[in-house]
Amino acid sequence: MKSAVIQLPGLNRDRDMIAALTKVSGKAPITVWQTETELPDVDLIVIPGGFSYGDYLRCGAIGARMPVMKAVAEKAAKGVMVMGVCNGFQILLEAGLLPGALMRNASLKFVCREVKLEVANANTAFTRGYAPGEIIRCPVAHHDGNYFADPDTLARLEGEGQVVFRYAEGTNPNGSVNDIAGIIGEGGNVLGMMPHPENLIEAAHGGSDGRALFEGLLGKAA
Amino acid sequence: MIKARIIVTLKNGVLDPQGKAIEGALGGLGFSGVGSVRQGKVFDVELQDGDRAKAEAALKEMCERLLANTVIEDYSIAIT
Repeated sequence: MKSAVIQLPGLNRDRDMIAALTKVSGKAPITVWQTETELPDVDLIVIPGGFSYGDYLRCGAIGARMPVMKAVAEKAAKGVMVMGVCNGFQILLEAGLLPGALMRNASLKFVCREVKLEVANANTAFTRGYAPGEIIRCPVAHHDGNYFADPDTLARLEGEGQVVFRYAEGTNPNGSVNDIAGIIGEGGNVLGMMPHPENLIEAAHGGSDGRALFEGLLGKAA
Repeated sequence: MIKARIIVTLKNGVLDPQGKAIEGALGGLGFSGVGSVRQGKVFDVELQDGDRAKAEAALKEMCERLLANTVIEDYSIAIT
């Protein structure tokens, strides 16, 4: 699997993502700076977490308008896998590649802890490594993870199986509607999620529940 | 030169946890009878072009494309 990791000023989880992709796929991803207008020929594009542009204006708002995001949108339209984690999810929403918005956590506090996730749809390229309904552990670290969408959009997401990860066992850390932690786009090739699967892929992390996401992707895009 | 003030607020029905916290703090300071507080953003923009119609169109596009997230926010533009 060939992958690319997008880099923007203020993103700080890029190194974790690069490490996870390298460990699971055996190949280091190509890093692509925000000003690039073309992307290399890859199977997977990842926008990692962090605080691009200091979360100024709205989380992900400015990053989503950088030149590289136009190239990401073009690749996504062609069916290339795109995954945004945490700030990457916020950027995908701001770029209009996924529906809805992420708002300030209902508690108004930054949350950095482990949550439980239910794999709400295991029939996607991103979640095929899990069993349907499987409950996994996953860390979260964010201030704006409170997913919101208008009722029509929400009904469509739920009806079409586009909600792929849901906070489970009462661990919703942010007030997200319907406990939504991650969604995919209509085409099934764009995933956005707040939790950080890249931070739970080996024993040294204290668990490897996030690894199956990368392994599942690898199986699809090997 | 044209000066404009853009106000961006959360749409009705979108929960505003920051507004709620401010509302609670006002109550704590003894301001009774505060029905609700909604927090928003203000942008003061100066445009070099003096053409009002062009400015209105440009400001609207700025709101749609960057200043507001129209999934959750409304905006209003006042040219001063």
